This record gives sequence, C-alpha cells and structure tokens, in this order.
Amino acid sequence: MQSEIGFSRDTFDGHASLVLKGAWTASSATALEQQALELEKSDGKAVHIDLGQIGALDTAGAWLIDRARARLVAKGAAATIINASEAQKILLEEAKYRSFDTGPQAIEWPVVNFFVDVGATVVGAGRDLYGGVEFLGRFMVTLGVLVRHPKQFRFTSLVAQIERIAFGSVPIITLINFLVGCIVAQQGIYQLQKFGAAPFSVDLIGILVLRELAVLLTSIMIAGRSGSAITAELGSMKMREEIDALQVMGLDPTAVLIVPRILALIISLPILTFLADMAALFGGLLTAWVYGDIGPEVFLDRLQQAIALNTFMVGLIKAPFMALVIGLNACVEGLAVGGSAESLGQQVTASVVKSIFAVIVVDGLFAMYFVAIHY
Amino acid sequence: MESIEPKAVGKAGDLIVQVKELVVGFGEKIILDHLNLDVRRGEILGFIGPSGGGKSVLTRAILGLVPVRSGEISVFGRDLAGANDAEKQAIERHFGVLFQQGALFSALTVRQNIQVPMREYMGISQGLMDELAMLKLELVGLPRDAADKYPSELSGGMIKRAALARALALDPDILFLDEPTSGLDPISAGEFDELIMTLQRTLGLTVFMVTHDLDSLYTACDRVAALGSGKIIAEGPISQLLTSNDPWLHTYFHGKRARAVAEARPAKVSV
Repeated sequence: MQSEIGFSRDTFDGHASLVLKGAWTASSATALEQQALELEKSDGKAVHIDLGQIGALDTAGAWLIDRARARLVAKGAAATIINASEAQKILLEEAKYRSFDTGPQAIEWPVVNFFVDVGATVVGAGRDLYGGVEFLGRFMVTLGVLVRHPKQFRFTSLVAQIERIAFGSVPIITLINFLVGCIVAQQGIYQLQKFGAAPFSVDLIGILVLRELAVLLTSIMIAGRSGSAITAELGSMKMREEIDALQVMGLDPTAVLIVPRILALIISLPILTFLADMAALFGGLLTAWVYGDIGPEVFLDRLQQAIALNTFMVGLIKAPFMALVIGLNACVEGLAVGGSAESLGQQVTASVVKSIFAVIVVDGLFAMYFVAIHY
Repeated sequence: MESIEPKAVGKAGDLIVQVKELVVGFGEKIILDHLNLDVRRGEILGFIGPSGGGKSVLTRAILGLVPVRSGEISVFGRDLAGANDAEKQAIERHFGVLFQQGALFSALTVRQNIQVPMREYMGISQGLMDELAMLKLELVGLPRDAADKYPSELSGGMIKRAALARALALDPDILFLDEPTSGLDPISAGEFDELIMTLQRTLGLTVFMVTHDLDSLYTACDRVAALGSGKIIAEGPISQLLTSNDPWLHTYFHGKRARAVAEARPAKVSV
C-alpha cells in the first residue's frame, strides 16, 4: 500500500513531461521536499506536471508541486499541471504558490544593541523604584483606610498568611541558622586559636549572629520561600482575571490580598529572626563546647559581657523593614504578570532576585545608620 | 512496521474511528458505560450531550489521554490498546486536535506554534516550514502579520484559528474539535463553521466535533451523535434526531432556543 514518492521525466523536443507517482503527503515530508526540488530542475520550453498517476495529495504536497511549477515559470518555461482530479484542483487552488517574503530583515548592530540593553536596564531599574514607591504609597493609604474602618480588615486572611509564612518556615529557618552558628563558631575558634584568643570567638558569634547573620539569612530564606509564593499566587490570580473580579465586586484588591500578606510578613519576620538568633547561638554554644572546649557556663558568661540589649535589637529592628521590602517586591511583581505562563515564571524569578538584592542593600543602609548613631 | 497511509487507501464512508463497548470511569464513577460509536471517513460528526456527561472524556479516550477500563478503540482499523508506542505515534500523527481553550504554547509565536509538530515529525528545511506555516495561517483565514504575534496578543477568535492552523500542521486525516465555536460571536462562529466545511471539502478531512452550538449542528454536521448516561442515545442525520422521543433530546432540539434556530435554518443535506 505504500508507494515510493517519485516522478518520471520524459523530454521530447523541448517538451518535458513529469509524471508524479506515490503519495505526495506530509507523512514523507523529507523525501517530498527533495523530489520537489528535483522537479524544478526540468528544462524545456513547456513542462507538463502530470498528476494522473499520483497516489495521494495533501496541502504540503500541493504546495510543493505548485511551488515547483511557479519556479519553472519564473525560469521561462511554460509549466502547467495536468490530469488533476476535481479534489486535487481544489487543493492546488487552496495551496496556490505565493511568496511570503516580508522584505529584507532590519540590520542589527551588536554595539547599538548593547547600548540599547544598558539603557533599557537603567530605565527599567528606575521604573522599578518608582513603581515600588508608588506601591508603598498605595499600601500605606489602604492601611490608613483600614485603621479608620477596622471592620474591613481581613483578620482571618492575616492569620492564615502568618501561619503559612511564619509557622511553616520555622523548621528550615532554625535548621539553617543552627548550622551557620556551628560553622561560624568552628571557624572562629580555629582561626583565633592561632593568636591564643579562642575565647573571643564567643564575642564573634554573639555579635555577628545577632547583628547581621540571623536577620539576613532569615530574610533571604523568606524572600525565596514566601516572596516567590506570593508572586506566583497573585500572578496566577491576575492571569485568570480573579483580581479584576474582586475589583468589580467593589472589593479593593490591595485591602483584600496585599495588606494581609505584607502585614503577615512584617509580623512573621521578627518572630522568625528571634528564633534564628536562638538557633544560631545554640549552634555556636554546642560547637564551642565540643570543638573548642569552652563549656556552656563560660560561653554564657562571655556572651553576657560581649553583647548588650542593643546588639540584639539591631538585628530585630531590621526585620520588619526587610519584610516590607520583600512583601512590596513580591506584590509588585505578582501584579505585573501578563497573560502567558512564561511571564509568570519571569516575574517569580524577578521577585526573588530583587527581594534578595533589596534585603542586602537595606542591610547595608542600616549598618551605616547604626554606626552614625553609635548604636 | 507497516506504514500507515490512510490517505492512499481511504474511501469516503469507511470507518475511520470505531469505538466498541468502551468503559471509562474515575474511581467509583462510571463515565462511559459500554459505549459504541463509529466515525466515517469524510464526514463531520457533531457530538452532543449534557454538560459533564462525558463528551470530553470520550474525545480524550480516543486521543489516549485518559485510561480505558475495557472496550476497544480502533483508528484506521487498528486497535489502539494493542498498538505499541511507535504505532500509536504513527496513528497520532494523523490526528489534529483543537482544544477548547486553544492550548497554544504561550511562550511561542503563532508561527512557532504551528511549526512545533512540523519540526518534530516532518524533517524539512526551515524555509519550507515557514512557507507551510504561512499557508496554514492563510488557510484558516488569519492575516499574515498574526504569524509573529504571541497568543496573549490575540483575540479569542484568532486564538481558535491559530490553534486550528496548528492542528492542521501535519495535514491530519481526522480533526477533533472541542467546542470550536464556544466563546465566539455569532459572525465568527458562522465563519468558523464555513471554514470547517471548506477544509472538510478541500482536504478530505474527517471532523469529530463536540459542540453545543445549534447553528453548527444544523449547518455543518453531516451526522450527530448524542450522549446520555454514558451511552450513545441517538445517532444519525439531524433530521432523524429531531424526531427522537428521548426527553433530553426533545428539550435540546425543541426548547425555546432551539426553535428559533430550527425555523431559520434547514438541516444540512449530506452528500
């Protein structure tokens, strides 16, 4: 039942007759394309393409046959298709050869493209900043409205978000901070031993963990874990017009969706930072005990001398600001999702990357600020 | 492996899809209960039934997207259950499917969407793929500048047309349409029916169309099959179904909405 695609060519006195055989269909497209190119190589003043013995024809075959005919005509031969059945004639008419050329492509200059990219990135960063500040304003205004009308506040939603953000992250955040506490202690003891200053590693652990590490690690973890979830959630709601549905029901999406999420972050992050502090100190204590022969009592004693309440507060004060930055970023990116699945992926990536970047920038600003006020 | 060349051997009126005693269920629930249905070559078969009655399940079962409990589905005379992966792939090459929402890949342009199956199966040059993609695009009545647009930039009707162009990319023998005119305005829906009929005539397509559009049933379909409680309750030209005594069918064709259509449109005369 299968017949090889092909054709026979008879040339007689400047007249070529091409008799097509086999099924000229998309099923054997590779052979089809080659045979069609062969067809075009016929010479002669008059060429007849004979479909009388063809097995089957579809649009791909009809297109190629008619393309061959058109190209023969362009070469100056009088090419015609003969012996086509009624159905084949309709097909040939539908698949009549026409040029789809869209004209010459615009020339691309790599150097120009480079500057275009740089410009676009700078403008994009500026827009991000502007958008973020605008969004912060919207958030604050909505918060103000909710303070005046507390009944509109979604308390259930807030609690649910806190459960997801804070409660759900406790195991992973305590674990990574415990491990980092261990690592800092081990390295501190190992390096300071060379100067006979091993006991000072307790100062190192206490100050480093409480001021910087715990809050940074927690913020980065939350940006990855909860920031991405918020962006994906809001993004898919945007894609499926759920946010528009809220709006037309007279509900403010900022009040319903965004305020509970950002507030939940602001409440959760200090709690998690506190847990992270404790976990990291505990990890440091264990390592100092096992690796550095610094007993728990000595450790706690030194720790008390090394740190004061302000050391602990420096870390904790930063937490709500980190939360605000992560929350704003996640929501802005979520609401920027367009219609496609690809854009959802892009925005989630952007949300996490920008959040982590912003967290580190904020941390740097706080470091300068605390130095300036001698805190 | 014997190659499947349906176009070379097909005659109008042959059975192209045969469903015998098909049972499909999910958990306790039986959706299709010993269902029998034939689709003949070259016809447009309209498939109707209540919402949630299993129309899409049958389509998906034929396409091999849902597991079958018992029964037989043969396509081009070959039992799908007995076919190995390569044979199944060879059969599926002759299917074109238009999903209800279009299911265009959102990360690709329309042209790239049409070329996905071509790239996978045809093994032809990029130049020819571009030409064939544009040909399909014009075949379904889309303007040329739609080729480089992304699905999110298209209207509902254009998405359906673009999805149809993709379904036609490999010149299928049988086209599955899941509610092709839902969500289209009556003018676009009418044009879409015309398009399906033109394609059926010119390309010799067999069309299996799940639809609720009474206009489509009257104008486009050669035969109509109705699904009820997991079985085919009636099957035949629409004129035959109009006289059916089944209460659901009676309401379907003689309800308020149906009467207006029936008065306006004579049923299609099958060739």
